Amino acid sequence: MIRYLAKRLSYYAVLLVVAVFLAYALSCTALGPRAYFEAKQPRPSAAAVDRQLTALNINDRTPVVERFATWADGLVFHADLGRTIHNTSVNEEFGRRIWVSLRLLLIGSLLGMALGVAGGAWSAVKQYRISDRTLTVFSFVLLSTPVFLVALLLKNGAIAAKNAAGHEVIPFTGYETPNLAGGLGAHLGDWALHLLLPTLSLALGGLATYSRYQRSTMLDVLGSDYLRTAEAKGLTRTRALLKHGLRTAVIPMSTMFAYSFLGIFTGAAFTETIFGWHGMGEWFIQAINEQDINAVVAVNLFAAVVILAAGFLADALHAALDPRVRY
Amino acid sequence: MTTTVLTDTVPVPAGDPAPSGRLRLVLARLTAARGVLVGAAIVLLLFLLAFLGPYLTPWDYATPNYTAIRQPPSAEHWFGTNGIGQDVFAQTVRGLQKSLVIGLLVALFSTVLASLVGACAGYFGGWTDRALMFLVDLMLIFPSFLIIAIVSPKLRGTGWLAFVLLLGLFNWMITARVVRSMTLSLKEREFVRAASFMGVRPFRIILRHILPNVSSFLIIDATITVGGAVMSEAALSYFGFGVRAPDVSLGTLLAAGTGDAPVFPWLFYFAAALLVLFVLAVNLIGDGLRDALDPTADAGRPARTARRPRRRNP
Repeated sequence: MIRYLAKRLSYYAVLLVVAVFLAYALSCTALGPRAYFEAKQPRPSAAAVDRQLTALNINDRTPVVERFATWADGLVFHADLGRTIHNTSVNEEFGRRIWVSLRLLLIGSLLGMALGVAGGAWSAVKQYRISDRTLTVFSFVLLSTPVFLVALLLKNGAIAAKNAAGHEVIPFTGYETPNLAGGLGAHLGDWALHLLLPTLSLALGGLATYSRYQRSTMLDVLGSDYLRTAEAKGLTRTRALLKHGLRTAVIPMSTMFAYSFLGIFTGAAFTETIFGWHGMGEWFIQAINEQDINAVVAVNLFAAVVILAAGFLADALHAALDPRVRY
Repeated sequence: MTTTVLTDTVPVPAGDPAPSGRLRLVLARLTAARGVLVGAAIVLLLFLLAFLGPYLTPWDYATPNYTAIRQPPSAEHWFGTNGIGQDVFAQTVRGLQKSLVIGLLVALFSTVLASLVGACAGYFGGWTDRALMFLVDLMLIFPSFLIIAIVSPKLRGTGWLAFVLLLGLFNWMITARVVRSMTLSLKEREFVRAASFMGVRPFRIILRHILPNVSSFLIIDATITVGGAVMSEAALSYFGFGVRAPDVSLGTLLAAGTGDAPVFPWLFYFAAALLVLFVLAVNLIGDGLRDALDPTADAGRPARTARRPRRRNP
């Protein structure tokens, strides 16, 4: 298994390098920081703009490969992601925002997966009962609602609740109350409350997707002979389902996890922007509008690493759960 | 379909209809499934609304009416008016029209691309396979939203067709993988080998023998993709990376209405409801098609319970 995982990891490393180069080249050709500087008031001289662009390593007159070499050199040897278009450090901004995003991504995706697997398995066991039908309808509607719309609806709900109650019931902007007094407990509670709506908008999508797939894989397993055997040898229905049924039914889901993480990442970018979280997604949208190449590339790098990590995790999960994987 | 192809020594023309037995079975299953009928009815109604709607109202989607600003829905303005007095009904049907067209075109484009890439990778194997699958992995590293957003400033002024191409270009990878693995097993089947030994050229085999045999999957997948594309379009347009003025789509309408939603709900919820309704209907059709076309399904879902003794709770 270790050898198999090592092989996957080296493949992912190659993918990462090629992908980051392509993203860099694409950002360089698509974004125009020169126009951004030339539009400044008072208008700087052409030489000044050139000097500024070169200093930030985003001068479009330098070949892309050369710029990439400078950038990669900084990244590999000094762990430096370059400067933003406002001549501040990308690293600093990156460090500030990464935890905001990871908090949302990790809790949202894990919660969505856990709820989806549990809900789907439950639904399969209770096939055609009221609980199964309710969950099916619920997940169908959710699957048909884009994440940004789910987030907007939750936010509108929170605004309506605020207007009805006269004060903020559930916070819907930012990830903490500024200048909050009180001890650690108060802060943790405040964080959790702020996490509620953004996490929910991500987790609901996960719940809908996973529960549909889990339901069908679980249904296939439920009719199997080995489950009947497990019960015949004396296991209770619940134990047999958990030990023999669920484990087998979860295996195909590990592949799903890698794919659906793409969607969750995009969803997180929307949720952050809508709920006013200063995370990577919000930064990305802002950076594109400001023609900030280095920031855009930094977010892409983050996305690629997070998604490959999810893929690797899915590989490991698959190898751990499925005894047939022996490479 | 596979069984007839097996007994047929002459290659079946691609357009040949399925044998009546199977066709009848599929049709029977489709009409028996309520979801498909409901979904198809909703989709049909929405298409009628999108394309006939503009003729139902005297208002134009772009012309402002300064005497009626932010009016709630009334007999005159069915969906109310927005901040500069434009008729929201006219705008919504116009946006719906664009979103539907974009969804269909993206699904068509990406399904064609996915089936060609997947079938080539699976059929040719070797380096073609490796190169194409590397490309798939590479494109799956980034969420397509990021790449489309980066490219979108370049597209300013090119109109929405370029946007369709872009959406399709980043939407085929997972489907291609599935087509590839299906091709891998089809390649070993007798009718494909027979054709290749007879000297039929590879591309002809792919078009005439491989793709017709994965068509069930492709139809289902394309249906689901329509819904997905409409959602992607809405999301990208919402953040300003997709459809742009003077074009309107459901996404741009949602973006324009968001801020006003708590106070002037008609600016937001009509577009939102139509978006969800359409995607829901498409998903219902996709789900029903899966049950009807899937050769491994016995006879739709109810058969599954028949195989398994119904248990009471212990």
